[in-house]
Amino acid sequence: MGKTLFDKVWDAHVVDSIENGPQVLYIDKHLIHEVTSPQAFNELKKRGIPIARPDKIVATADHNTPTINQHLPIKDVLSRKQLEQLSINCKENNIQLYDLGHKNNGIVHVIAPELGITQPGMTMVCGDSHTSTHGAFGTIAFGIGTSQVAQVFASQCLLLEKPKSLRVSVHGKLKKGVLPKDVILYIISKLGTNSGTGYFCEYAGNVFEEMSMEGRMTVCNMSIEMGARGGMIAPDQTTFDYVAGKEFAPKGLDFDKKVASWKTLPTDTDATFDKEYFFEAEDIEPMITYGTNPGMGIKITQNIPDIDDRSFEKSLQYMNFKKGESLINTPINYVFIGSCTNSRIEDFRVAANYVKGKQKAANVNAWLVPGSQKVAKQIKDEGLQTLFEQAGFVLRQPGCSACLAMNDDKIPEGEYCVSTSNRNFEGRQGQGARTILASPLVAAATAVEGRIVDIIKHLN
Amino acid sequence: MEKFTKLISRAVPLATENIDTDQIIPARFLKATDTLGFGDNVFKDWRFHKDGSINESFALNNSNYSGSILVAGDNFGCGSSREHAAWALVGYGFKVIVSSFFADIFKGNALNNGLLPVQVSEDFLKSLLKELQDNPSSEVTIDLENQTMGSPIGNTTFEIDSYKKTCLINGYDDIDFLISKKDKINAYEATL
Repeated sequence: MGKTLFDKVWDAHVVDSIENGPQVLYIDKHLIHEVTSPQAFNELKKRGIPIARPDKIVATADHNTPTINQHLPIKDVLSRKQLEQLSINCKENNIQLYDLGHKNNGIVHVIAPELGITQPGMTMVCGDSHTSTHGAFGTIAFGIGTSQVAQVFASQCLLLEKPKSLRVSVHGKLKKGVLPKDVILYIISKLGTNSGTGYFCEYAGNVFEEMSMEGRMTVCNMSIEMGARGGMIAPDQTTFDYVAGKEFAPKGLDFDKKVASWKTLPTDTDATFDKEYFFEAEDIEPMITYGTNPGMGIKITQNIPDIDDRSFEKSLQYMNFKKGESLINTPINYVFIGSCTNSRIEDFRVAANYVKGKQKAANVNAWLVPGSQKVAKQIKDEGLQTLFEQAGFVLRQPGCSACLAMNDDKIPEGEYCVSTSNRNFEGRQGQGARTILASPLVAAATAVEGRIVDIIKHLN
Repeated sequence: MEKFTKLISRAVPLATENIDTDQIIPARFLKATDTLGFGDNVFKDWRFHKDGSINESFALNNSNYSGSILVAGDNFGCGSSREHAAWALVGYGFKVIVSSFFADIFKGNALNNGLLPVQVSEDFLKSLLKELQDNPSSEVTIDLENQTMGSPIGNTTFEIDSYKKTCLINGYDDIDFLISKKDKINAYEATL
């Protein structure tokens, strides 16, 4: 029987197997950041265990960093201490750190692909659930807890049960105004937030094949929001072209050799999956969420469903929405374009293209936060910054920012925020804040109009 | 890691589904560099109103409920991979979480901290939540060795990976095991 993309990468990394138990899986790249690593460093120190492979670890400062005045000392004492601790830990252990202000600094899941650290066929982990992003390259990439960060530090391996396999196929032609974010929000709205739990998901079909790497990363990023530990897309010419020439990508003959082996990774035609779902591209429209988990999404023109369930009602109560209501024309005072889901150059191109020649609504506070220093530079170099500024927008500096509001970028209590991030959980963007997830196009249109609009009508 | 074999305790019913780790421990409390003190902030925004006053209607603030077992709605622990959620629940005093479904990363984090996730059927969970709400002094027995759970509404069994079970009973963690595989890891690396 044939093997899946996931099987091929997994099987090539198994170091040992326990009978009727987990397997020891070798990890090629370990990404770390300031929030989920300090306790792991402490644990190893306490036990007197050295870091096994410091050369396979890359660190960045992102979760807790300010997005203005990054050249000044960080005001929040706890944030500053956590970032200082990361610097100390990396220095003591000889780990490459892209600290605040470094030209390679940015959100962990934005910088690793753009530096060529992420490559097809690898196993990658990070103490962050959106590590699934890297699956866009045909990589087994998943989030881990801090105990596991310590395990990888100690052995460059993890003990894991092999997950089951799931494939989501989308075929057909996407409508105008439908972005990769809409595709994944649509899938999660259909499958729910736990349909992928225990599975690793492969996305297949011409819709994903025709997507850019940025789009594929947006899709794989949100795999965890349907419970899947990770998502993957088969590497192809789009992938190879993206990786080629990147700072840490193999060069010359080495690259050609790698490409030859990467070409053997796609799922064999006779491979089978434990679970399969199929969707039609024509059924997908621009999406928004109305509740407090990413599965609570609707087409922007649809009304909130009428479901008789206590948790559902609790969620609507938090959002201050009513069953059966349409969200079109809901006034919005906050818009966030950023996060590891949608802070890449393509996302800012989409937003800039929409706001070009228009003006930001006076009631809107719009936070535009590039995913990395490189993206920020690209925005400037391509002239997008000027477009944004002419439309009344200000660009901030890179970081996770209002996606999880660990820094000062907090949405005030009771306010709605149309956000390109990945989670609309209660309080995710600040205590009492109400998050509405959407694509960068819908977010840009909301910022211009000051309310939620039927984007398809607007585009026509 | 603390050993776990058997526990008899009252239990706190929290009948909400899809409890994500942002609710268990909000992001603003993730700035510490050690694992202690998170218990004070478990379910912070559900336990307290924004002005700091106590939310009397929240299960953990209901003086009728007590014990080191939390019984929660379906799909517990979804969202962020933050192990701080497990540290917060353990810090508050929970030793067992019962639900009809657990998110993957949370489940692993819990097991790595001696916090036992016990998965039961949806029907059993529903009856158990009702029993605890009606009779808060009811006791629940968790026997890890035999993988059984006893309660006034009946008994049930639960699944756990045999390797993880051994770890919990003996208080072992994965680091020791992985380091013991050093030769095999070195041999694998030699092939890269």
